[in-house]
Amino acid sequence: MADSDSSEHAGDYVLYCDRENWKDLEPVPQDDGPHPIVQIAYSERFRDCYDYFRAILKKDERSERAFELTADAAALNPANYTVWHFRRILLKDLGKNLQDELDYITEVIHDHPKNYQVWHHRRVVVDWLRNASDEIDFTRLILTHDAKNYHAWQHRQWVLREFDLWDAELDYIDDLLEEDIRNNSAWNQRYYVISKTSKFTDEVIAREVSYTKEKINNVPNNESAWNYLRGVLLDTEMYKYSGLMTFCEELFSQSIRSPHLLAFMVDCYQEMLNAKCEDKEEVLAKALKLLKGLEEEYDTIRCEYWKYLSVTLSSKYAGKLEQSSS
Amino acid sequence: MLAVNISFRSQGTPIKDASIPENAPTDLFLDKHRDFIAAYGAKKDDYEYVLTEYLRLNGVYWGLTVMDLMGALDRMNKDEVLEFVRQCQQPCGGFSASIGHDPHLLSTLSAVQVLCLYDALDVVRVDGVVEFVKSLQQDDGSFYGDKWGEVDTRFSFCAVACLALLDRLNAINVDKAVDFVMQCMNFDGGFGCRPGSETHSGQIYCCVGMLSIVGQLHRINADTLGWWLCERQLPSGGLNGRPEKLPDVCYSWWVLSSLKIIGRLHWINKDKLIKFILATQDDETGGFADRPGDMVDPFHTLFGIAGLSLMGQANIKPVNPVFCMPEDVIRRIGVKPQLL
Repeated sequence: MADSDSSEHAGDYVLYCDRENWKDLEPVPQDDGPHPIVQIAYSERFRDCYDYFRAILKKDERSERAFELTADAAALNPANYTVWHFRRILLKDLGKNLQDELDYITEVIHDHPKNYQVWHHRRVVVDWLRNASDEIDFTRLILTHDAKNYHAWQHRQWVLREFDLWDAELDYIDDLLEEDIRNNSAWNQRYYVISKTSKFTDEVIAREVSYTKEKINNVPNNESAWNYLRGVLLDTEMYKYSGLMTFCEELFSQSIRSPHLLAFMVDCYQEMLNAKCEDKEEVLAKALKLLKGLEEEYDTIRCEYWKYLSVTLSSKYAGKLEQSSS
Repeated sequence: MLAVNISFRSQGTPIKDASIPENAPTDLFLDKHRDFIAAYGAKKDDYEYVLTEYLRLNGVYWGLTVMDLMGALDRMNKDEVLEFVRQCQQPCGGFSASIGHDPHLLSTLSAVQVLCLYDALDVVRVDGVVEFVKSLQQDDGSFYGDKWGEVDTRFSFCAVACLALLDRLNAINVDKAVDFVMQCMNFDGGFGCRPGSETHSGQIYCCVGMLSIVGQLHRINADTLGWWLCERQLPSGGLNGRPEKLPDVCYSWWVLSSLKIIGRLHWINKDKLIKFILATQDDETGGFADRPGDMVDPFHTLFGIAGLSLMGQANIKPVNPVFCMPEDVIRRIGVKPQLL
């Protein structure tokens, strides 16, 4: 990959128009049409490289020099998908070593970790190789720099699925959450892994509820953990779930007023009302009191949302209370 | 000791947020924004401009739409634009982002939107566009962005939006397209890129917008989703794209428009969001940035103006939350996306 390396050192770089081994090719300038809305004054190196890239494309030249040129063109603009398409054609046609290509795209992704095209290129190469032995470590490294890199997560999910590499994933997620308990991508991955492997059986639900409770106990005001808890209990009545209401009430009694805790408690009360619980008036009063606190004190920026919930609960259940008492 | 611990626990780690400088703009500088966009198209020697060649048609859409919303579409060169768009149509019917590039659904939607702004669909081969979009639908209902096979719910939106603007939705299998989008719904009520991908505000906009166009909004849980969306508002007033990310004017638009579509726009604090968006203006050059104090660009300028429009700002045309185009254009075309 000498060419892509040299492009970073301006001094060593020779324009294609000055290279002996490119003399036979007529460069093709960008065609912006007869009335160009985009009369672009390109930087010299950019124009030179792409003029020759277009010439290669036009001729459909499948050669070593064309292959090297795609690395320069990609370095100048990694988002140009035509360059990557043509590079893949050349990879196949010239029978290039795919392991070398994987090393190359590793470097490119380190420089451009948020670019769609480079990740897509990697996926194709890994797929062609049918070997994902580097992928778990590679995505881990990228996620060390940016734990929420969407491309890295998507690539990792594809690798886990395609090559059946689930075994160590929950341990990895534990490590990530140990580092940053609010890492929403890691919580999402936890849900994904379980839904693709063990599934949410009763035992798994019990394990996950206790896991999440522990995380919430350490940091109660954590949107991701509370959302995960709701997700785990999606098909279960939360208020009935063993020990969960007690857990919330204990946090509450410790003066914790995280909006997520209060909102979770409101949801539980709402379930109880739905299930026609014994002490409706008391439960409704508790829910409305929490909602008032959220609206006026603990989450004032979303006061309209909390007002909406108060009105909904009141109109839905207060009326029924009157009816049943009359 | 315990009390200290409890107070730490109740506060948790500090929230990641942007700060608004005291001298940040609080008025809207429409004239400067018009000048900024008008000048942007003319400034073609910027390195940045060269680098964004692969987004050129998208850029044309951003610039023209925001100019139309600001009532200044006539300052753009219609003939040049239409000629450029015409030349971006490829033999397969799809549009490339720039002349001589490969066609893609993202640039194809931008092309159709630009043509609709100018009421000039007759400039291109509409049947070709329909064929291109149709060719990208997969067996599972998803869409590729181009022939190279990347799948993303953004492309489901692009496909459906494109065909709706052309009144040709019957060309694809809408039921399957909806099924795929629904597979991307997550436990938190939001949507990701593909089944299993993390919920993300931009993807929510695409999925909710897609379901709105095909009249299937009843398939989402609007209260759960609405709560997740309004949780995106930070103390600065700006909205972020995912938990623990910084607020950004473009995410503010995607969250705001999604809330509008599901009828829950009032759940966020408008005054604070307006203050945040206004603070991202450059009061010298014009234009909006992602956050206060950052560099301005046409992309964030469109989403800043569109966001203000959704919140009822005077002197800006009403914007359609699904198509991010002026309401009068959407009315003229006769498309009626569903709103809750």
